[in-house]
Amino acid sequence: MIALDPSTKKRPEFINVRVRRQDAPGKQPYWELHKIKYEPEMNVISVLQRIAAQATNRDGKKVTPVAWDCGCLEEVCGSCTMVINGRVRQSCSALVDRLLEDNSDEIVLEPMSKFPVVRDLVVDRERLFQGLKRVKAWVPVDSYFNMGPGERILRDDQERNYPLSQCMSCGCCVEACPQYNKIELTQKSDESDEAFEARKQEAYAEAFVGPHAISQAMLFNNHPTGKALAGERLDALSGPGGLAACGNAQNCVAVCPKEIPLTTSIARAGRATTLHAIKKWFDK
Amino acid sequence: MAQSNSPTRVVVVGGGLAGLASTMKLTELGAQVDLISLTPVKRSHSVCAQGGINSCNDATRQLGDDEWKHFDDTVYGGDFLNHQPPVKEMAYWAPKVIELMDRLGVPFNRTGEGFIDRRRFGGTLYKRTAFAGATTGQQLLYALDEQVRRQEAEGNVTKYEFWDFLGPIQDETGRCRGVVAQDMVSMKIKAFPADAVVVATGGCGLIYGRSTMSVFCTGSAASRCFQAGANYANAEFIQVHPTAIPGADKLRLMSESARGEGGRVWVPRTPHDPREPRAIPEADRYYFLEERYPEYGNLVPRDIATREIFDICVNEGLSVEEDRMCVYLDLTHISRAELDRKLGGILEIYEKFQGVDPRDEPMKIFPAVHYSMGGLWADYVKSADGGLEAGAPRNHMTTIEGLYAIGECDYHYHGANRLGANSLLSCIFTGLFTGSSIMNYSAAQSSGASDVPQSLLDSSVKAQQDRHDHLLNGNAGSDENPYLIHQELGDLMTRVATVVRRNDQLAEAIKKVDELHERAMKVSLADSGSWTNQNVIFAKALQDMFPLAKALLKGALQRDECRGAHYKPDFKKPSLTSEDPVERRRQAEAWCDEFEANNEKYLKSTVATWNASTNQPELTYEEVDTSSIPPRPRLYGLVGAEAIEEVWNERAAKKAAESQSGSGLVGAK
Repeated sequence: MIALDPSTKKRPEFINVRVRRQDAPGKQPYWELHKIKYEPEMNVISVLQRIAAQATNRDGKKVTPVAWDCGCLEEVCGSCTMVINGRVRQSCSALVDRLLEDNSDEIVLEPMSKFPVVRDLVVDRERLFQGLKRVKAWVPVDSYFNMGPGERILRDDQERNYPLSQCMSCGCCVEACPQYNKIELTQKSDESDEAFEARKQEAYAEAFVGPHAISQAMLFNNHPTGKALAGERLDALSGPGGLAACGNAQNCVAVCPKEIPLTTSIARAGRATTLHAIKKWFDK
Repeated sequence: MAQSNSPTRVVVVGGGLAGLASTMKLTELGAQVDLISLTPVKRSHSVCAQGGINSCNDATRQLGDDEWKHFDDTVYGGDFLNHQPPVKEMAYWAPKVIELMDRLGVPFNRTGEGFIDRRRFGGTLYKRTAFAGATTGQQLLYALDEQVRRQEAEGNVTKYEFWDFLGPIQDETGRCRGVVAQDMVSMKIKAFPADAVVVATGGCGLIYGRSTMSVFCTGSAASRCFQAGANYANAEFIQVHPTAIPGADKLRLMSESARGEGGRVWVPRTPHDPREPRAIPEADRYYFLEERYPEYGNLVPRDIATREIFDICVNEGLSVEEDRMCVYLDLTHISRAELDRKLGGILEIYEKFQGVDPRDEPMKIFPAVHYSMGGLWADYVKSADGGLEAGAPRNHMTTIEGLYAIGECDYHYHGANRLGANSLLSCIFTGLFTGSSIMNYSAAQSSGASDVPQSLLDSSVKAQQDRHDHLLNGNAGSDENPYLIHQELGDLMTRVATVVRRNDQLAEAIKKVDELHERAMKVSLADSGSWTNQNVIFAKALQDMFPLAKALLKGALQRDECRGAHYKPDFKKPSLTSEDPVERRRQAEAWCDEFEANNEKYLKSTVATWNASTNQPELTYEEVDTSSIPPRPRLYGLVGAEAIEEVWNERAAKKAAESQSGSGLVGAK
């Protein structure tokens, strides 16, 4: 990353912030303008904190504070993903000075478009985690008792796995992916919570699982004990909403804040599923 | 279960390392777990830990290390304010914890031969620390998150993410029978009956406004247990890290290696000098560490650096900025190539979040609250060998029967100060170790989750619903803004209760916090809606910060000594002054006498009980179990340390001979 040249820092008195708001699921979204005092070294989180504290819009009218999601503010928890000036990213590492360099008039904040909006900038990303269940992204150990050390792992394998294990399920990759489409269902009036949940899970289970989940499948297939489930993971990736749904747009890898080699994982998964299919055919 | 045939039902509150380890272990032992978390568990604050996790290991063993030494380093590092049995148990479990995490797929860095690589960390002489790049906490958390997801897929766990724990449900005997929690999306309040409840909700850094902690580390869950009758211990011990990047939204850690590699700390001699830092000539710069500590310079120990930076900003008024406290940490005299080679990773953090290249412009840094050593008081049962009795139901139970506290939100393992790379260990250890205790407790009860009377569940929900409704509608006409009160509280706490503590300031702050508490109880909310109302969630958390803040301030006021993270200059023990050997010896004797007398008075855990009628904490003191390792002075950086150590060792040896106990390591190392 190239640092700002201090002499070119823009120091306006106020910043205009345009927020795409939505009061609840299914409600009509609307734009709202806010004006806050500029301070040096602000990021989008501190902008939202100021908006929450002042609780009025640009015209001085009292409005409810904008809802958003955040956690560690160090770009490691994955909470604060949103679309900022048209680009999906973490809002904690979105610096105001830099955003004003691109667009000095205003900062535009929108929720991610691939997930149902809960309120304002908060979206429901449950489907991301459901993707991890689909590919059984875990090591199936016998027990959590003390059974001695695990297998030795070569440094090369550790170095290949470590980047993949930094995936924070933030959702940037799927927001940028043309094959990952929004699924938003509404509960029917006569439908129980359980039935609605089941219908939702069914819809998620058939749709594209997403680059993050494919990469996690490759992570665990490269672990000495994790690979015990390699066949099941490859079956999941061979089925509907698996690898075949990937259109190889390569957007995912371009927006990943952790620079995870997602397309490399997808290519590896492609080879592995092909070999797996051939092997299954011979084993018939 | 004794009464019915339904499986044991446990509510775990908090989905960080401790909560996930507990959930994982409990499901293995056959429990059904309801896991309640403010955030999706994978986003818990444990992800932020960078350094590593400690255990003695095959390599250190061959250099003379063992679990006992890890135990000793921990209690010495904690300035002896630890009950020793839990710490001993943790040290002896540590190698097993690392092995389990390895089996679960944590990508620990490897040696060429494929073993887990280790590095050295503060406070120890051995390479005990296993690490996974610079994201060890993230990797450990993810491994546990994956196992809990696996248990979820098997139907053993139900996650309630974006749910706020509002308080324990207690029956007429005071026993905890479940929890009340609120869905932060629909705002629905619901009761979760249980056989037992585990609270694993981390630290309370947000009491200080901004800290290195995540935004959900408000301490509100611990406070709600405290207000319900669970005692809170050692609140005054808060670890402050010397160098953090003071952001508008939070304080981010800046590794100490920046000073280690030659960074110079300074401020302009003229307060708030408007010039750009590099335009300020040497003569106008105050390299205060180098001037005040000519021997150590910028490499003074961590606690001294913290205090001096604080002093220069708060007491000398020489902060670089007028409305924000900070000093320069300057690396610009070192070549770019060298900086990139040695400090590339950490300098990128500064660049990413400040938009300034520290290779060109000095970094602005300030100490930041980092870790809560105190927490909910938790019981334990000591075993014959001085550790913990495995499976004993009282292990980690709070003063509310059936309510357990683990991880950073309990008060064991860190004493008055934290040993680096031990916090991740304590979280996973307590989560794993207490599984069998909780199961045994539940099995011994004559009534369980399915027998909780509906009337109790209803009244518990109603009490919380009333609080919620009152916040939304009860304070019409008030113009108290919760975010601004939080800012005031944070500024006040940061000023008086972080690094340097003075009794007059603490007493003054207690009065001020009382006022703020009253104001916080009648906040008016900008959002009175019933859908994802973050305003009301925050307002509740803010109100619940006050009981902990009060316990912290009062505990600090009453503790007239310096111990670990708690430092009062008025009660500092002086260095030895005499150069004459006989007189120096006499001074050392007197120093040791005073040290013992001080321990007599203050080597005690502060235990706070909440008095709801006065809205104040009441403090009592608890003897510390030092049965395995007798306390000894921490002498790092003190003039005359050798003479004191000599006297101390003689005394310790004499005592040991008298008692003939021969219980392991006695006296100083």
